[in-house]
Amino acid sequence: MTTIAELPPGFVDKVLSAQSTFRSVMDAMARPGSVQRIVPMAGTPAAMMRGTAAIALTLFDHDTPIWLDAQLTESSDVVKWLKFHTGAPVVQDCSIASFALISDGATLPALKRFALGSNEYPDRSTTLIVQVDSLAAGRGFELRGPGIDGVATLQAAIRPADLFERLRVNEALFPRGIDVVLVADDAVVAIPRTARVANKGS
Amino acid sequence: MYVAVKGGERAIENAHRLLANARRGDQNVAEVTLDQISEQLGLAVDRVMSEGSLYDRELAALAIKQARGDLIEAIFLVRAFRATLPRFGASEPVDTGAMRVQRRVSSTFKDIPGGQILGPTFDYTHRLLDPALAEGFMPEVPATAEAATAPTPRVTDILGRAGLIESSPRSEDGASVGDLTREPLNFPAARDLRLQNLARGDEGFLLAMGYSTQRGYGRNHPFAGEIRFGEVEVEFFAEDAGFAVPLGSIELTECQMVNQFKGSATEAPCFTRGYGLAFGQSERKTMSMALVDRALRARELGEEATAPAQDEEFVMSHSDNVQATGFVEHLKLPHYVDFQSELGLLRKLRQEFAKANAPHTMKEAAE
Amino acid sequence: MNAPAYNFAYLDEQTKRMIRRAILKAIAIPGYQVPFASREMPMPYGWGTGGVQVTAAILGPDDVLKVIDQGSDDTTNAISIRKFFAKTAGVATTTATEDATVIQTRHRIPETALSENQVLVYQVPIPEPLRFLEPRETETRRMHALAEYGLMHVKLYEDIARFGHIATAYAYPVKVNARYVMDPSPTPKFDNPKMDNCPALQLFGAGREKRIYAIPPYTKVVSLDFEDHPFEPYRFNAPCALCGAENSYLDEIVTDDKGGRMFVCSDTDYCEGRQAAGHHGSLSAAPYKEKAQGGSNG
Repeated sequence: MTTIAELPPGFVDKVLSAQSTFRSVMDAMARPGSVQRIVPMAGTPAAMMRGTAAIALTLFDHDTPIWLDAQLTESSDVVKWLKFHTGAPVVQDCSIASFALISDGATLPALKRFALGSNEYPDRSTTLIVQVDSLAAGRGFELRGPGIDGVATLQAAIRPADLFERLRVNEALFPRGIDVVLVADDAVVAIPRTARVANKGS
Repeated sequence: MYVAVKGGERAIENAHRLLANARRGDQNVAEVTLDQISEQLGLAVDRVMSEGSLYDRELAALAIKQARGDLIEAIFLVRAFRATLPRFGASEPVDTGAMRVQRRVSSTFKDIPGGQILGPTFDYTHRLLDPALAEGFMPEVPATAEAATAPTPRVTDILGRAGLIESSPRSEDGASVGDLTREPLNFPAARDLRLQNLARGDEGFLLAMGYSTQRGYGRNHPFAGEIRFGEVEVEFFAEDAGFAVPLGSIELTECQMVNQFKGSATEAPCFTRGYGLAFGQSERKTMSMALVDRALRARELGEEATAPAQDEEFVMSHSDNVQATGFVEHLKLPHYVDFQSELGLLRKLRQEFAKANAPHTMKEAAE
Repeated sequence: MNAPAYNFAYLDEQTKRMIRRAILKAIAIPGYQVPFASREMPMPYGWGTGGVQVTAAILGPDDVLKVIDQGSDDTTNAISIRKFFAKTAGVATTTATEDATVIQTRHRIPETALSENQVLVYQVPIPEPLRFLEPRETETRRMHALAEYGLMHVKLYEDIARFGHIATAYAYPVKVNARYVMDPSPTPKFDNPKMDNCPALQLFGAGREKRIYAIPPYTKVVSLDFEDHPFEPYRFNAPCALCGAENSYLDEIVTDDKGGRMFVCSDTDYCEGRQAAGHHGSLSAAPYKEKAQGGSNG
């Protein structure tokens, strides 16, 4: 058992690190498919990537219920670390989560089980933060939509392999929908609900 | 030759220096102290604390001094300070039934357990300007008595025991209370948020809204069941300690209006409630608030909502004087870009109007 | 006394997190107004508190901030807001559009084309484009949910029937990404085309009304119109009297009480830049010189 004193630390400079991390995530969300870097580093519990930890410290607090996948839930360090540094309540029901952290994409629940927002309040939806193997190498994808000047391309190794196919539910759901932030170490890519992703060359 | 005017920065600095001087006034006159404001303009301090949503007499007095006595400006100063304060949690509900009462009146019963206590009030004073106050004045020593040990139960509780008034809705255990300073307001709003909105709302606005219900715009037949003013304890449940810790005491005014209700096929007729609560001694505010609270319950009580005071969106969207004053006063800011656009459109429309009417006028002239 | 101590960029971190989450949702749903728990700011509601909160939530120490009001860096409220951030965040400020990374604006979009590394933050008084047609939030929210914008088209068409034109000169409604009808803030409709397919991220903050909304870069923004009455941006037909620009939005300056007037660029940075590059209008004071004295309120 890890005591609180032994937990990995949070940001060294809470204010400026959160600002810098937010700008990377904001740029990622504004320019879907573009790879942004997260510069400030915090202590990171095993099973969590550096980028994920920084995003958690930047966006989570008492007001944001979070849902963890089985692999993260099993890590008592992750749960304790999140609770201590962010105060965010960890919930079992992913349909009320503001954020969901996914470390093992293979076990990603059906997207419709997350909060999708309502037509009146489409913002009341879960943002998925999915840890992936790579955002530099892997299959090629083409993205279109707001934030993209024509077509953006992305090379990524992602699990589940059919993530983007599953995200097509966003087309019919809009303005409801799921926004996704992909994290590979310190790299982030966002796929907002408006992005349309296709396999390159297909 | 024309050069765009510059120097706005300096103009602002000069204006602020002028303001500081105007605030101080004649320097031969002694400067007012925060103690003086807090002690001698106490009701102004109470209002600034209530509508500023921060119980701190000293800061409220400072705000009044800084605002040159403009209470809405003072409320704004307190709100802006409060906005970024860290928030540790919510206190336990205060028990106004256990209030150390300084004033307590009921208009519904001649006498009540614990008695009618007039306390410090303008009521029954003759509103004659008092030259003695201008001179400097030492008031007579007030009459004192042993603090009463008898409890002063709330009049609504007395009615409640006989089932003559609707029961005060109990919140579910562990249910969190809404906070419109932390969560964006959505409509329809629950009563907790409505009451918070009214507690922060402008006294003058609530007064006018409450008054309008008395004059027939959403009449609800109110009686002042009870108005009480005094001190209550505030406690905070400390998770690590596992019990409620006393934080101190605050002064509050509470007004419970008792209103008519006809009942329905399924419910026996009984009285209904309107509730008002404010920091310090704020009777006009709490009475107005209670009238408006009751008016806003129209839908819940199956009444037809036709009057402004019964219109939740109307009342809640316009009650806040900090919001209202900002937007009204923002008309002082330059709008010349939009005005120019409007001017261009107007000129064009006038030209077209003239053109369209020209042959007609010429014809008339020829006739 | 509880002496005030303020954080970097004024807002506390909890408030910033709340605003940042709202901004991310706003970007993900272009043109949709995200409710947020707007705070009281140390300037009045209606004077840019929404824009200020958005700017405070995104601003970092490496940013270069420009603030304009009516297109000018020197209007009193622009100065006041610029000084606020210089003081609370210690950021560098500029008047040059191309040097800024964050531009907060009231009522104008700069003439100089914006770039990918810039964020434009609008101050918004009434974010709801349908508000003047339907005062109830519950109703307008339902209309947005159903994309039911008939009321707006009826209003515009009534203008045409009555005046022969759409009689909206500023705050001219747009449709974003073919879904949400959005209020562009009270910019003159001259500026509407600049919002379309803009390389910069555009964020909108309405403090009093507690809404944040966004247009991501390279997003389709169309001014509402009819096939037989297409949208036309208005501009007074004259070159700028100072820099000779023929494609900028102009302020009308009344020069005397006998009907004398002249037209100059509303974007002061653009105008000064052109004059410095040697462009002249009919009335330019050459060489251009700053008049900084006097108690006049710029």
